[in-house]
Amino acid sequence: MSNGARNPNRWLAFSASIAVVALTAACSSGGTTASPDTGTGDGGSDGDVVLEFAQWWEPELPDGVLRGLMDEFEAENPGITVELLSGPYASTKEQVVAGAASGTMSDVVGLDGAWVSDFVQQGAIADLSALMDDAGYDQTQLASQVQLDGSTYMVPVVNFAYMLFSNDAMLADAGVDVPSTRSEFADAAAALTSGNTTGWILPLSLEAPNGIQNDVMSWVWASGGSMLDNGQPDVTNDDVKSAVEFIVDLDSAGVIAPGAATLKEQDKVEEFTNGRVGMMISSLAHINTIRESNPDLEFTISALPAADGYSGERGTPYASWGIGVAENSEHKAEAWKLIDFLMSESSNAQLADAANAFPGNTTARPEFVDNDPIFQEAFDVWQAGYPANEFVGLPVAEQLMRDFSEQLQRVLAGEISVDEALENAQAAWTDEF
Amino acid sequence: MTATLTPEVEAADRQPTPPSSRVRLRRLWDRLTPFGFLSPTLILLIILMVTPIAMVVGYSLMDRVITAPESNFVGFENYVEVLTDPVFATAVKNTIYFAGVSVVAHFVLGMGFALMLNSPILSHRLKAVFRTIYILPWLFTIAIVAVLWRMLLSPNGIVNYLVTTFGFTESSVEWLSDPNLALHAVTFINIWSGYPFFMISLLAGLQGIPRDLYEAARIDRAGPIKQFLHVTLPQLKPIVISMALLDFIWTTQQFALIWMTTGGGPINRTEMVSTYTYKLAFATYDFSVASAAAVIVLVLSMVLAFFYVRHQKSRD
Repeated sequence: MSNGARNPNRWLAFSASIAVVALTAACSSGGTTASPDTGTGDGGSDGDVVLEFAQWWEPELPDGVLRGLMDEFEAENPGITVELLSGPYASTKEQVVAGAASGTMSDVVGLDGAWVSDFVQQGAIADLSALMDDAGYDQTQLASQVQLDGSTYMVPVVNFAYMLFSNDAMLADAGVDVPSTRSEFADAAAALTSGNTTGWILPLSLEAPNGIQNDVMSWVWASGGSMLDNGQPDVTNDDVKSAVEFIVDLDSAGVIAPGAATLKEQDKVEEFTNGRVGMMISSLAHINTIRESNPDLEFTISALPAADGYSGERGTPYASWGIGVAENSEHKAEAWKLIDFLMSESSNAQLADAANAFPGNTTARPEFVDNDPIFQEAFDVWQAGYPANEFVGLPVAEQLMRDFSEQLQRVLAGEISVDEALENAQAAWTDEF
Repeated sequence: MTATLTPEVEAADRQPTPPSSRVRLRRLWDRLTPFGFLSPTLILLIILMVTPIAMVVGYSLMDRVITAPESNFVGFENYVEVLTDPVFATAVKNTIYFAGVSVVAHFVLGMGFALMLNSPILSHRLKAVFRTIYILPWLFTIAIVAVLWRMLLSPNGIVNYLVTTFGFTESSVEWLSDPNLALHAVTFINIWSGYPFFMISLLAGLQGIPRDLYEAARIDRAGPIKQFLHVTLPQLKPIVISMALLDFIWTTQQFALIWMTTGGGPINRTEMVSTYTYKLAFATYDFSVASAAAVIVLVLSMVLAFFYVRHQKSRD
């Protein structure tokens, strides 16, 4: 006779233990659920094609703009209906990741460049080059495409450039001009720092580590530098080292807002908006947010300061609202029609106008560029430089940023030197590649 | 000629005839009926718990699950990777500190407030006011708790205003960003948000202790401290043990609070097993190793759950 048979109570206790664990897990799980409705597009009851379009754009655009564009598309393409699945960026990402894993991705998906490599490896997103060829699409009108191994997987629909925002009143009080070089920036930041105000803000949160892309590597790209060598990690090079040393010097000088290790992008914008920080590197998408929150705040937008003596073209960091097609979609041709529509001169200009972003179509010109002097200035900076974001298309891009952020935090905490941090980051990145 | 029956034949005659098929069906029906009643629960358990757990265990023994079209059996390789990762060891250490301190503080605070709310000194109206105030942290969702405390503890927040105004520190403190303070800060937030659960349970327990036990203790000249040690605590012991075990299990699985306040940083000072597993799954898309980490957590939780159930059984 087995022990279990001799002591059935023990088995009862064991079974109950499993139930308790499972219940606990069920109770403690958050509210993140993938929509059961995500699918590959259904044929409508009347035989129409229903395209699902998952994105985070609709909540960030003025009410009705994206739906209005979809209505236009439906009117131009009878028989195709677009169902928008909208949510905040983070939940859209989780939804898309879950959809990619389970093969239930929406037909058309909003993409961030940082996700592309992983989705391609997963076989979750379709080769757009083939779809463009099938449709006879003229690719010259696209400002950029995200490609892997020669095939396009994402088309940037609109681009949000990251530039230097400076508080005019604070600069005037401190008697400094908008900086154009790193030395000028360091001097300006020092002049702006006093009491409760600081010169610059650096978000390094590990939850959303995009500060590494927007606020750290942007210094490298603005001086024509690179963090890659032939597509492989190269963060120990002089360009990256000099940018990191510059940031460490700023921290030592006490001109960076406190709490960097847990600050996120929204904290950065809030601190600049309420006048506690004199300068920040931020997306043009935040211009309207700043104006709504603090209409009295006067600010200037300029190119990121470059290393002293650098006179070449400056890389302007950017983030895109990208778009792609799910590999599991049964309506790829119709999905491409939707992308074609969004990338057309008129629709793309409308979308860029509503999002305060620069268009992905080379011929589109949004109205805000002509109507608003700040955007005009930004557009000039954008056109004078080149779009730079080396994280686009890299594998596990977010984790690369997190690895780098951890090392930079160690340097700022005084635990390791810049050289050690860069070597550690290089090793971590090489592992990820 | 007379026929005589041998004793064997007589015995055979006395044996019951084989049951008819109808009777057999009836017995089978009787035997299956309890399972019929249990079937909704069993089906739910299989779909919602057994299947996902089995899938995660399966994933933990494969490589590149979900992200690759084909994955191979790799045995315990993923477990070795997790168990030899120094960050996992840090996460386990942090989780034990976070959960251990939280449970002890939840008990101390919960007991203190429950005793106060059970005290005859306070009027019913005052008790109602305090009860409402004390239970407030429990009513906030964890997202609100995280946002609230991020604002309170920010370098420009009210906590820093108070500590600098009253001269406790000369400059503002980076509660959540300082590598030496962050773990204590998130533990404090968790204590604040979790003590009402203990308080309410202990208050219910206190109200259930028979008055005559205290009267008998007073007759034996026991003072308030002795009454607490020899009447209140022994009477509350089953509740305290149950609550402590449950709280420990729940706290070790705390994810949202850590993620929304520090993201596991600065560096990896607030990395917990939950954030470690999440990053493996959703930042590096390494679902195989993430599954191995999840199974390790499951096993550890099962050990705790086993003690909880054994304790519950001994109470019954």
